[in-house]
Amino acid sequence: MNATKLERVLAKPFLASLDGHRDAVNCMAKHSTSLSTLLSGACDGEVNTHTITICFIIAYCIDFYEKEFTPFYYVCEDPSLHLLDIFGGKLSTFNPKVKVWNLTKHNCVRTIQAHEGFVRGMVVRFCGTSFYSIGDDKTIKQWNMEAPGYGVEEEPINTILGKTVFTGLDHHQKNGTFATCGQTVDIWDEQRSTPIRSFSWGVESFSSVRFNPVETELLASCASDRSIVLYDMRESMPLKKVIMTMRSNTLSWNPMEAFYFTCANEDYNLYTYDMRYLEKPVTVHMDHVSAVLDVDYSPTGREFVSASFDKSIRIFPKENRNSREVYHTKRMQHVVCVKWSADNKYVMSGSDEMNIRLWKANAAEKLGVLSHREKLAANYNQKLKEKFQYHPKVKRIARHRHLPKHIFTEAKEHTVMREARRRKESNVRKHSKPGAVPMLSEREKHVVAVVK
Amino acid sequence: MAKILKKNKVSTKGTKKTLNKNTGTEKTPEKSSSAKRRERKRKTVGKLKGTLKTTKKSPIEKLDLDNVDEDELLNEGEEIIPSEDEGGSDDDRKHQKLLEAISALGGKKKRRLAERSEATIQISEFSVDAKGEGEKINLSDLIQTIAKTPAVSAQTKSHLKKLKLEEKTVDSPLTKPETERIQRNVAFQKSSEEVSRWQSIVKQNLKAEQLVFPLNQEAPGPKPLEQVVCGWKARTPLEQEIFRLLSVNKQPINDPVLTPIEEESLKAMSLEDAKIRRAELQKARALQSYYEAKARRERSIKSKKYHKVQNKAKRKEFVKKFDEMLKSDPVSALEELQKLELGRMKERMSLKHQNSGKWAKSKAIMAKYDDGARKAMQQQLEVNKDLTQKLATTLSDEEGEDDGETSEPDMLPDFVNEVEPGQDPANPWMRGQLSKDPVDLTEPSVPETAAAVLISEDEEEGPEETEEEGLLRGFAERRKQRQEQEAENEAAKNQDMEVMTEENKAGAEKAVASHDAADADIADDDEEEEEELSKFTNLFQELKDSRMEAEASAMVAEVSEPECAQLQQAMFRIKSLEDMDLLDQEEQADPAEPNAEAPQPAPLESKGADKKRKRKRGIDLAEVLTKEATVINVPLAPTAVEGAEGAAHGQEEQRDVIKEAFAGDDVISDFLKDKRREEEAGRPKVVDLTLPGWGEWGGQGLQPSKKKRRRFRLKTAPPPPRKDGGLASVIISEKRDSSVSMHQVGALPHPFLLPEQFEVTMRAPVGATWNTRQAVKKITMPKIVTKVGAIIQPMSRDDLLKHSRKQEEEGTAGEPKKRKAPQRKRSQKRHKKTKN
Repeated sequence: MNATKLERVLAKPFLASLDGHRDAVNCMAKHSTSLSTLLSGACDGEVNTHTITICFIIAYCIDFYEKEFTPFYYVCEDPSLHLLDIFGGKLSTFNPKVKVWNLTKHNCVRTIQAHEGFVRGMVVRFCGTSFYSIGDDKTIKQWNMEAPGYGVEEEPINTILGKTVFTGLDHHQKNGTFATCGQTVDIWDEQRSTPIRSFSWGVESFSSVRFNPVETELLASCASDRSIVLYDMRESMPLKKVIMTMRSNTLSWNPMEAFYFTCANEDYNLYTYDMRYLEKPVTVHMDHVSAVLDVDYSPTGREFVSASFDKSIRIFPKENRNSREVYHTKRMQHVVCVKWSADNKYVMSGSDEMNIRLWKANAAEKLGVLSHREKLAANYNQKLKEKFQYHPKVKRIARHRHLPKHIFTEAKEHTVMREARRRKESNVRKHSKPGAVPMLSEREKHVVAVVK
Repeated sequence: MAKILKKNKVSTKGTKKTLNKNTGTEKTPEKSSSAKRRERKRKTVGKLKGTLKTTKKSPIEKLDLDNVDEDELLNEGEEIIPSEDEGGSDDDRKHQKLLEAISALGGKKKRRLAERSEATIQISEFSVDAKGEGEKINLSDLIQTIAKTPAVSAQTKSHLKKLKLEEKTVDSPLTKPETERIQRNVAFQKSSEEVSRWQSIVKQNLKAEQLVFPLNQEAPGPKPLEQVVCGWKARTPLEQEIFRLLSVNKQPINDPVLTPIEEESLKAMSLEDAKIRRAELQKARALQSYYEAKARRERSIKSKKYHKVQNKAKRKEFVKKFDEMLKSDPVSALEELQKLELGRMKERMSLKHQNSGKWAKSKAIMAKYDDGARKAMQQQLEVNKDLTQKLATTLSDEEGEDDGETSEPDMLPDFVNEVEPGQDPANPWMRGQLSKDPVDLTEPSVPETAAAVLISEDEEEGPEETEEEGLLRGFAERRKQRQEQEAENEAAKNQDMEVMTEENKAGAEKAVASHDAADADIADDDEEEEEELSKFTNLFQELKDSRMEAEASAMVAEVSEPECAQLQQAMFRIKSLEDMDLLDQEEQADPAEPNAEAPQPAPLESKGADKKRKRKRGIDLAEVLTKEATVINVPLAPTAVEGAEGAAHGQEEQRDVIKEAFAGDDVISDFLKDKRREEEAGRPKVVDLTLPGWGEWGGQGLQPSKKKRRRFRLKTAPPPPRKDGGLASVIISEKRDSSVSMHQVGALPHPFLLPEQFEVTMRAPVGATWNTRQAVKKITMPKIVTKVGAIIQPMSRDDLLKHSRKQEEEGTAGEPKKRKAPQRKRSQKRHKKTKN
């Protein structure tokens, strides 16, 4: 009981907010070799300008020997000057604050104007030396990871002009190939300007594509016709697709279990699938009260984090139906993208109000180096919490989260709605021929068809 | 000719003139191409059937035609009139055209489609056409040319001829969606198989007690020197110089630090392996010494009782084991049985229990004064009797059968009346039919040898036995009544017979009982032994049955027969009077049993006759030495009658027996009683709080005053009515306390299957106060550990390889490892050394 209470007392997940963007953050990318680097792409809401920036932000730097977590942050003068030219008058409100950021130790190291319109996706090459970005201007651009010298203009290493707008991007885990999606799912070789393969299966467009990090030749994509399509890079055909009741926005593969992936759906739920058995999802994760926009697995493959339109992010254990954690702040708006850091310690979320937020993955965890006794105590407390988690009083404390009013009321409303639906269904069943209205489990309800 | 052409043209164009004034003149070479095109289009669209046909068209024309509605084109054919300006000078061509035109005028309109001459990306399936479209091409058409060409080999020609003869059409290819579906299916199968390879590693990771991320880390600790050396290269000029010198002098540069043998041995046993091995050996040694010490201690215990208990336990265990063995491996069970039998025989042959030893003699002297000595003697005698008499009965049967001397034909064989060794004087169940007092039996003479010793105990034993007998008499009487009711006429005679036999047996038993007159603990011992024996008998029965069946179906090889004989013999020997009793009531299913018991083994035994004769003789001697049994002859007839009639009876009797056994069980009344008890417990009780002697005089014989008692006896308020008050067949417990249940776990959590499991885990303490440091460390070990600041890469194929290799190793670990054998020996030696 005490351990559980202490956990709740010490749960302070919010670490920092990185605000450098001038518009909603649309996508983020983890650096593949450096923990302290995060890439984020934003979109400018104003239709007439269509100017988009990519901010390179050193999100945090942990000095493990100082036993302290010291994030730092500031915006380089150089890219901001560059921005001055673009935005002109707007920067007047901007300029004086530059120095304030300088004082804190957060750091936006680089800003690039990459695309006209939204930056739709970004991905770092597996070696970590360069990264790709795609935008609404139908281009794929490859950028060097290192910033150019002082006074040198930012220029992409490589630019590919596509026929249609690209909406999603992912890079192969080991080879020099990457995949984009838009009207079709295309596989590109880094050396070529045309896709080496392009898949389409009677769908209008795709919203995201992801490589399987373990079985690296497999891909999955979410299509606008409510389906999730599986591909093998080596085949000329897609493999299979599952059509659900509503559209999936993004999906994420489990990095430790090759056959599991989780998709974030418009119907407020997340679905974990086994790619071999698409007939029904393995688990339905339900807690969000609005469309889920993004999902990312923890590198240990045990949990995943989801970002939702309901202005919150949630952390789900992969086998559980309900989330174990919900993060929100007063000012955080619709969360568009979310990432779990590669060391399993942090969660980054990018939201509509131009901020990137840094959270702890375990809210009550103490950061920095722990002494031996501290470690033992933490382990012991953890064990106690596990042991007594089933007791009603303990459970109540452990489960309690303060929620913003809109989420709280909506959640209530949803339970009422669900109950009503269930009741109606049972009534219908009662008054119809036996067997005419089959009993469907929650998992079976959301899959419309599997197309071979 | 040209005129006609012109005329034709004029006439055609004339119709259009009204529409298009610009194209007034016939020959307008400077006409713009677009205009021309328009014109042509109009012509075709206006379904103008031209008289002239073109064989050749310019690409532009073709394109134009494509743009025009294609369906119409197909319908109408492509009739286009070429303009004059195209190759007007070519007379031959004109002539040709003219001829064509004339022929076209003549009669049937032959459709001829234009040839495609240009390459475009967008090929419409409607515009694709070929020259000889309507015609069918036969194989023979193609082959004709082959026959003429000399380059084609004869073989192919013959092949083609064969094909021509066959004239089978090939199936049309599948439609595109179908082929695609098949392709997709195949690809999916492949990839899902590929993915499934990860299943085992995923499972293993899930089960793992602790996972340390990143997963594929190199083992910490120093690397072998050799690796370090090999990895190093000479870079500086000095180093290079040195190495050059060394190589010139043929010095070993990259010489491995370890010899191959050493390397092998290193590989054979890692440090961990060695540690495990050592621990195992230590444990084994400790265990060995412990057992040795234990054995020594036990051997030094002199208590006879202790050993007796031990032996009994052993025996029990053996029986259990034998039971199992009988199920799993009957052949070895049989062997075991034979061994047992042999042991028994040996014991019988020895003079161990003959009371002829030194110890026995001394005891005999002491018996007068010492109770313990008397008991010991008694026991010894018991054993002796057991050993000798059992066989004697069966053998006497055999003799009876074989010789026909000992008994008259219509008399029961001796064994019926004889004391059965398995029979227990103290066990009332064994004497179910002893209810009637012996009527026509003379009191059997007490055996001479034991007589002196036993008289006193006889007297002690008396009342106990009669009690039991009384109980049993009740049973017997009831049974009798039932039988009477069932079959009044028929059974009357039968029953009489039965009673007779019962009486006879009772008499015999009585005799035995009195003559045995075992004291209490011996009786107890015997009882247990009896149980064991009965178990054995059951086993034998089973064995025998199976044997018999086998014999009936196909004659078993002769080798097995003696075995069988022995088995049966053993069975009969162990068969006791209790069985006989049962036979009377139950075993009418095989009516021949009591009588057949003896005859059955006879033919079998005849084979191994010599041996048994010898044995018989010996036993007879022993019998003579130890005891005299009274032989009472009873008419055989009644049992025979019963046997003949019994089959129908059997089941009923069986049922009755069962009823009898469960006579006391009344489930419904029990339930009602329970319920009443529950209700009683729930009713408020009067609490008496009077303290004697408080406020008044107290002491023996003094009661607290009435007033006080009234005052201090508290009555609690009646509880709310019970929920199961109106329900006769339900007990609803209302013990759940809501104030406590708030803090209790409501439902059994997921991984647990039983509440007990959960309770045990809840009870087990976690903290350091109640556990050793190591235990705490192990208990509180977190499931997932991540290294600070380390990037956790997704699982890679190398992990899979490693995993599969490990699994293989584990798979082979069960088999003896040759490679490791020498190393183990070495380590053992080392241990010995250290021990010394």
